[in-house]
Amino acid sequence: MAVTRRHWLAAVGLAPMMGALVARAQTPGAEIAVPRLSGRERIRRYHLPNVELIAHTGQHVRFYDDLIKDKKVIINFMYAKCEGICVPVTTNLVRVQKLLGDRVGRDIFMYSITLKPADDSVESLREYAEQHHVGPGWLFLTGAPPDIEQLRRALGFTYADLAEDADTSNHIGMLRYGVEPLTRWAACPGMANPEHIVRSILWDLGIDEGEPQ
Amino acid sequence: MYPLKFRPAPLVEIARKNRQEIVRAGLTRRELIKLGLLTSSGYLIPTRGLSAQTSCPAGVCQLGCSPPTLPFVDPLPIPPVLPARPLSDPGFAIPPNAQPSGQPQDARNEAHQFRDRFPPQQFFITRMRPNANFRFSENATNLARIPPQLIWGFNLGGPAASDVAITPGPTIVSRYGTPIVIRRFNELAPDDTGFGVPETSTHLHNFHSGPDSDGGPCDPVFNRIVRIGQFYDHFYTMARAGFDTDEFRATNGDVRETLGTLWYHDHRVDHTAENTYKGLVGFHYIFNEFDTGDENTGFHLPSFPQFDVPLFVADKLFTPEGEICFDPFGFDGLVGDKFVVNGRIQPFFEVQKRRYRFRILDGGPSRFYQFFLTNPDNPSQSIPFWQIANDGNLLPRPIEITSTRISVAERMDVIIDFNKISARFGHPSRIWLENRLEQVNGRAPTDKILPAGNPANVVLEFQLVGPDNVPDPSFDPEPVSFPRVPCSPNDCVFAPICLPRLPSDNAAAPTDRIRLTRSFRFERGNGQWQINGQFMDCTRFRFTVQRNTAERWILRNNSGGWQHPIHIHLEEFRIIRRNGRLIQCGDVEFSRKDVVRLGFNEEIEIVMRFRDFRGGYPMHCHNTVHEDHQMMLLWQVQDIGDNNPEP
Repeated sequence: MAVTRRHWLAAVGLAPMMGALVARAQTPGAEIAVPRLSGRERIRRYHLPNVELIAHTGQHVRFYDDLIKDKKVIINFMYAKCEGICVPVTTNLVRVQKLLGDRVGRDIFMYSITLKPADDSVESLREYAEQHHVGPGWLFLTGAPPDIEQLRRALGFTYADLAEDADTSNHIGMLRYGVEPLTRWAACPGMANPEHIVRSILWDLGIDEGEPQ
Repeated sequence: MYPLKFRPAPLVEIARKNRQEIVRAGLTRRELIKLGLLTSSGYLIPTRGLSAQTSCPAGVCQLGCSPPTLPFVDPLPIPPVLPARPLSDPGFAIPPNAQPSGQPQDARNEAHQFRDRFPPQQFFITRMRPNANFRFSENATNLARIPPQLIWGFNLGGPAASDVAITPGPTIVSRYGTPIVIRRFNELAPDDTGFGVPETSTHLHNFHSGPDSDGGPCDPVFNRIVRIGQFYDHFYTMARAGFDTDEFRATNGDVRETLGTLWYHDHRVDHTAENTYKGLVGFHYIFNEFDTGDENTGFHLPSFPQFDVPLFVADKLFTPEGEICFDPFGFDGLVGDKFVVNGRIQPFFEVQKRRYRFRILDGGPSRFYQFFLTNPDNPSQSIPFWQIANDGNLLPRPIEITSTRISVAERMDVIIDFNKISARFGHPSRIWLENRLEQVNGRAPTDKILPAGNPANVVLEFQLVGPDNVPDPSFDPEPVSFPRVPCSPNDCVFAPICLPRLPSDNAAAPTDRIRLTRSFRFERGNGQWQINGQFMDCTRFRFTVQRNTAERWILRNNSGGWQHPIHIHLEEFRIIRRNGRLIQCGDVEFSRKDVVRLGFNEEIEIVMRFRDFRGGYPMHCHNTVHEDHQMMLLWQVQDIGDNNPEP
């Protein structure tokens, strides 16, 4: 019975209430069955929300279902009119994409999510991607501001200090990369040496050509 | 893979057991209220007994959401000693030679340095494996909340499934003068716990190892990643630092560089926090002709293993369902709400009324501790004990303390004299090892000292048993300890393991002369860790130190509201100044060190020698979450060094 409720709650997006409801269902004297959530399910639930996004290509996508599930991915946050680190990070990522070659779009998918969805329309992101000569397999993503904020928090791109967190120009320049089905998640500075970034990513994504010999 | 469902006894039964356990644990009403097990109206938390926090949603990994557990109901486990094996053991079918075998199972692709000079006399095997039925407690009430579950650990080396892996792994006991090889097999497997990568690089923390056996995170040329099905042969010379310098060649190193309390842990680049948290850790002791492990010889330090006891302290988070969890998306660091010592939640340890040596290790991932001894029946008492070593290095003079601060990866060896405690503090039946340092996130402790006597802050309960004044032939530090005895910079209570000469700017010998001062700013820009404005890079060394010389390094914390335990591989260093203040005799940091706490906005001056080995090593933050986000740099030792003062 708990399982049914769980599924229904997950489906209607009330997952955070679920613990309380399940707990209440466990009345004294009854046998307790505590279904175990796999690590993959826990990470999906708390870190990979299935929000709707629009890519610079005009494509409508769901974050978890279409971009993350069963994939090897590299994720960062940026915005088009950024005066700070976005340009060096994007330039770096262009070099990372070149070094990864045709694996991008085939084995590895790259996602840059805007921190200013109100400013960054599909068109401005397309312009940004063209300016930086971004290759296929790399999407620039925007969406409804609350969805983007949920995504940023879920992916851990936040500062504990509220003032620091509110300053978008100071946004976190880390790259998050991972293999969703294996729950392998790591991060490295987006401004690190692209050869180092590629080496770290290939080690983590289990792509053998990246191994030192 | 492991029990997906568990069916605890009906709640009525649980509540009954809870009450029995509480009676057995001897907790007072005040303690129970503090633990949240009793409300002020005098009832156990209604409806669910010792239930999970109902406000925490299923599967969440968050401070405050671990299920409540009973403390002091499990005896402290003592990890077994790893046995040596003959070379005829099937595990050595590929011989552990100085050169790597070239076989695909052999992850090593570089030769062991100095292997001919120090032919190994003992060989060990250990296998990293999942253990699907690890118990953080054997107590029925606790097991209903935190069921048997999967961890990673090290086994005793056998191939059979019955040789299960444990965490902390077996203690490795070695001696100076007996070189060893340890073959570590990676027999891990992917699983669905949500964290941990089944690839390893096992670092022997604090040992003076060649880069081939150091177990570092990465190297521009050599492989450091041991994959499933592979092994790595770590060769340890069991010689003291300086063995390849003119001054100490004949003695196989400087006796003053003797190390005692070391630990081994996974160092897989970018995943050290989760892999160590999942269990890939253990102690490594080194005895010698003075610190013998026998209280009837040498320094007469309490005998191993009965009175010389490792305390691997770690904090963990569990989901409300009771499964160990790790947030791989957090940048700040992870602080747990369950203290686990040697793999058990808040255990107890029965002690005789005599002296014990405890080797306390902060196993991380992020928490700093300040340990006090508390008499739960009279928490206002200030109970002294004696620190004899810092980071496993014997102090020039034992220091009487009432608390000791420890950050991730540091080790503090202390002597606790339960006979004196019994006589002087009203014959208490139990004494708590209590952490009173407040820390609410992974960035840093608040530096606030919490009130004494809160069972939630206790990591271990000592239960005093047996008669007073039992025969105790072990060394009594009290009569020779500071401040009872004034200290001097030339103190050497544990002669000949005195402090080595300090390198200076004008010394004649190259190993004593400070060739260069380098400074390092630890910073955070746009949420990315930087050292001197640059990022971690596994493809190159940031700078080159000249072999068999000394340098002065200035470490600055420019990262605002963060603290960092900075660890440097290869050799011990000395802390000269903290924020310009000279570290003087009588301070527990007047010692050799391999980790230095870099407090808020602090500037630390250290001096260090770089002897014997050639090749690459890291310097990194040992808050392993910061480390995994690449708060690290690589440097190397070669015959010719560079002169870069701000690399």
